[in-house]
Amino acid sequence: MSAVIDPGHVGHGHAGHDHHHGPAKGLMRWVLTTNHKDIGTMYLWFSFAMFLLGGSMAMVIRAELFQPGLQIVQPEFFNQMTTMHGLIMVFGAVMPAFVGLANWMIPLMIGAPDMALPRMNNFSFWLLPAAFGLLVSTLFMEGGGPNFGWTFYAPLSTTYGPESTTFFIFAVHLMGISSIMGAINVVATILNLRAPGMTLMKMPLFVWTWLITGFLLIAVMPVLAGCVTMMLMDIHFGTSFFSAAGGGDPVLFQHVFWFFGHPEVYIMILPAFGAVSAIIPAFARKPLFGYTSMVYATAAIAFLSFVVWAHHMFTVGIPLTGQLFFMYATMLIAVPTGVKVFNWASTMWRGSMTFETPMLFSVAFVILFTIGGFSGLMLAIAPADFQYHDTYFVVAHFHYVLVPGAIFGIFASAYYWLPKWTGHMYDETLGKLHFWMSFVGMNLAFFPMHFVGLAGMPRRIPDYNMMFANFNMVSSIGAFMFGATQLLFLFIVIKCIRGGKPAPAKPWDGAEGLEWSVPSPAPYHTFSTPPEVK
Amino acid sequence: MSEGISTRALVSRLLVVVVVMFCFGVFVLPPFYDAMCRVFGINGKTADAYQGVQTQDDSRQVRVQFLATNAAGMLWSFGPTADELTVHPGEARDMLFIAHNPTDQPMSAQAVPSVSPARAAAFFHKTECFCFTQQVLQPGERIEMPVRFIVDRDLPKDVHHLTLGYTLFDITASKPPVAHVTLARAAQ
Amino acid sequence: MGLLLWLVFSSAHASWGVNMTPGATEVSRSVFDLHMTIFWICVVIGVIVFGAMFWSMLVHRRSVGQKPAHFHESTTVEILWTVVPLLILIVMAIPATKVLIDIYDTSESELDIQITGYQWKWHYKYLGEDVEFFSNMSTPRSQIENRSAKGEHYLLEVDEPMVVPVGTKVRFLITSADVIHSWWVPALAVKKDAIPGFINESWTRIEEPGIYRGQCTELCGKDHGFMPVVVEAKSKEDYADWLAERKQLAAAEKELTSKEWTMDELMVRGEKAYVTACAACHMPGGEGLPPMFPALKGSAIAVGPAKGHIDIVVNGKPGTSMAAFGKQLSEVDIAAIITYERNAWGNAVGDMVTPKDILAFKQAQE
Repeated sequence: MSAVIDPGHVGHGHAGHDHHHGPAKGLMRWVLTTNHKDIGTMYLWFSFAMFLLGGSMAMVIRAELFQPGLQIVQPEFFNQMTTMHGLIMVFGAVMPAFVGLANWMIPLMIGAPDMALPRMNNFSFWLLPAAFGLLVSTLFMEGGGPNFGWTFYAPLSTTYGPESTTFFIFAVHLMGISSIMGAINVVATILNLRAPGMTLMKMPLFVWTWLITGFLLIAVMPVLAGCVTMMLMDIHFGTSFFSAAGGGDPVLFQHVFWFFGHPEVYIMILPAFGAVSAIIPAFARKPLFGYTSMVYATAAIAFLSFVVWAHHMFTVGIPLTGQLFFMYATMLIAVPTGVKVFNWASTMWRGSMTFETPMLFSVAFVILFTIGGFSGLMLAIAPADFQYHDTYFVVAHFHYVLVPGAIFGIFASAYYWLPKWTGHMYDETLGKLHFWMSFVGMNLAFFPMHFVGLAGMPRRIPDYNMMFANFNMVSSIGAFMFGATQLLFLFIVIKCIRGGKPAPAKPWDGAEGLEWSVPSPAPYHTFSTPPEVK
Repeated sequence: MSEGISTRALVSRLLVVVVVMFCFGVFVLPPFYDAMCRVFGINGKTADAYQGVQTQDDSRQVRVQFLATNAAGMLWSFGPTADELTVHPGEARDMLFIAHNPTDQPMSAQAVPSVSPARAAAFFHKTECFCFTQQVLQPGERIEMPVRFIVDRDLPKDVHHLTLGYTLFDITASKPPVAHVTLARAAQ
Repeated sequence: MGLLLWLVFSSAHASWGVNMTPGATEVSRSVFDLHMTIFWICVVIGVIVFGAMFWSMLVHRRSVGQKPAHFHESTTVEILWTVVPLLILIVMAIPATKVLIDIYDTSESELDIQITGYQWKWHYKYLGEDVEFFSNMSTPRSQIENRSAKGEHYLLEVDEPMVVPVGTKVRFLITSADVIHSWWVPALAVKKDAIPGFINESWTRIEEPGIYRGQCTELCGKDHGFMPVVVEAKSKEDYADWLAERKQLAAAEKELTSKEWTMDELMVRGEKAYVTACAACHMPGGEGLPPMFPALKGSAIAVGPAKGHIDIVVNGKPGTSMAAFGKQLSEVDIAAIITYERNAWGNAVGDMVTPKDILAFKQAQE
């Protein structure tokens, strides 16, 4: 390992035109880097590693559910797998992937030389491996890792939790701090480092959605921190926030958790909205329809996300008026979400479309996310929710909004910007293969979950009656297919980094934005002199 | 660069938001939720000791049913002396619960009341209740624990039937419990 | 594509069933109707939106020589597609509100049953009737571990179902002794969380006699998947018979206590009762799941003095998952289980604990 790092060491950027120094050499480049592109790259690789780890846990779950009866794992380990799968995918895969995209693209999109707070940027990334190392290590502790679901409802996670819960809480604190610092950085960059002439209403939608996401993160991650802090105090310091015995209330936990949890859902989808709003116009060769209404719709969704949390709790025994309020408020979210979908469809309308991989993922995003939206609307209807709540119908719903929503949004972004990151075109044939296998696998895995849910299969169970067997087997086959396909993505990315057709500065003829005005690959330092935006 | 406040000022403001939201989660939400529960009877929670006096409403009667549940690990035998009473709204009535500690150790317990249907909880007043304090029983000791209650005259007309349930928790092992309300006050 | 799949499968046979069932009560039917109404509204919107998108994808592509248009906003259509969905939502909200108000009905009930969730079984108490019992899953371990063929009601069968009369408003008072559970019977459209320290209320009025099955739907720990709910609706006469029989059974159980038991009888009964009440945590082979659930095989308590063994089974162990079984099980079952534990899996104390010993132990505590 090369140990000597001279901060003044001068390397040369690939582009060679830049008068600034390039990256330092060796491993310490990555440890000490404050460059937004390096940090963005690390975020993206970390998130992909977590995606594979969380995905392999999903494979364990689907393998156990392949047939009725217990075959592979025991229930206690099954519960740890469902919990870890959820936590890793939410906090380890989706959120860091979006932070990675933000790090790479936001400075390029707004003509900034770097993020506003580069050293904090480095720190917020390096907290993540620590947090997830700690989280995963709990699996090897006596009594096992967290087994109470990613929603960790008290008292199952407090009075009845395993010994390792304290480490779990600490890990959540670390990821929370990392997210908050990341969000502050993004907000500060967007508000303060825009190139002259880049007014707010000229910003690309990805920047807009991230600005709103940043505010959501700043508002709700501290509430999550508060929530786990109260758990910690209940477990170790004799308080009774969530224990009825001491005058507390286990339902309070759910209110606090979902006050964080519902905005969190939008944190995981808004940046994908933004990315898709850049990609669809590029491949339809037509400007985005209704830019202004997109911005307002995003803001409306973010605002509404604060007043709908109790729709996750329709069965806990909320008074009728509360039930009605949360039902109506939740239904209202369909309006701004609908506006977005209509805008995307109108952007495609009378365009001149081609279907390269990013476009395929984006169109699938719009259609499948809308299906997830429909099941979301059904779930909003409180009396019907009594039948859907905590069944596989819910599992189907949130996988439809998160897999073709967040994950496809990330894939679309990755293919769209890979030429800019690596300087090479990815292999289009393999990219399309990746899309179609993911698309088929994903639908095969998650669509039948609607059926078993409606037929009465509760979520988070390791074994089930034979009446659910057929569709569970289909689900498992689809999940294995989806899981295996992601190794192809890894291959495509590595192939693209190592070589391929050189990418021009603007590889997509319909693309718009400042990021295409710098060469591909983007030099180590860009926009040291702010560009002029007309 | 665009005009506006400096990055340093912006970051400090955002950090203030972070701290405020954390405090909101820990110090504001729980007592606020608790207050909402007591006012609207969410979760069937009842208010603290009732001081008022009401006149009896002879025009109607309400069934009040009594439940007793032992939380897991609670070894006492615990139950009401009658399954239910029929009362007039406004009338003060008494009920006795019996608890017995069969173990060979002194134990302390906390009873947690809950009223169903939840929207009637705000209309169920306890003027005296063993649930206001902790109960300590010596080995083999048996006690009678009273509750005195008034069903409010304003109880919605379509409620004919109330259930008062107590869950008895063993709190011997825990330190004197600190309720979050007190904690929040201490922090202010 | 998904919607098409849905339609194709909707006529297929039971195990490929894709939809909710209308259920057995007025409420469950109105919930089902509501579900279908909203589903079809979503289908219509989906067909229009996706139809437009697919049309556009087929026609407006560069490969067919399409030149891009340049329009990018229209206040009129923006307002239109904000207002129209809003109106559709109002149309959905009206029946939803109506059904919700029906579900919150508080009219007088004829039968009240207290439902208490335990890790991992349900307890039913018929208020004012002096009848109460635990309802454990009765699917044998051998089926779960694939050592024998699975029955039709695999994982959805219990030793003692909740029995209710038809045509009667039954009120459920739902609570929990440990963690949060959720009591769900799809055919009744009743799903309510069981929360420790709090009582939740729900109700049903079943029209037809029959057996209705459900499960716990809130993650409650290890055996969350193994705590089914079974409700058996009987005619009013049959229900009255059942209730009388239940009361007699309780008396007969007392008689069994005074019977002279042999070691073999106790071992046979003990194995059966152990599998139902203890094996979930301590495992069928007594090896437990340390550290949460200690092994009984060779444990100091199981091979130590009988009194300590009786004490832990009857009174439980505070601060652990070990419940007090003194009230959950009959004297006969407790005696049989203790005898079994002391003499199975290589534990060979050789002594016998009889139901009378348990009764004496309990009386000494009183």
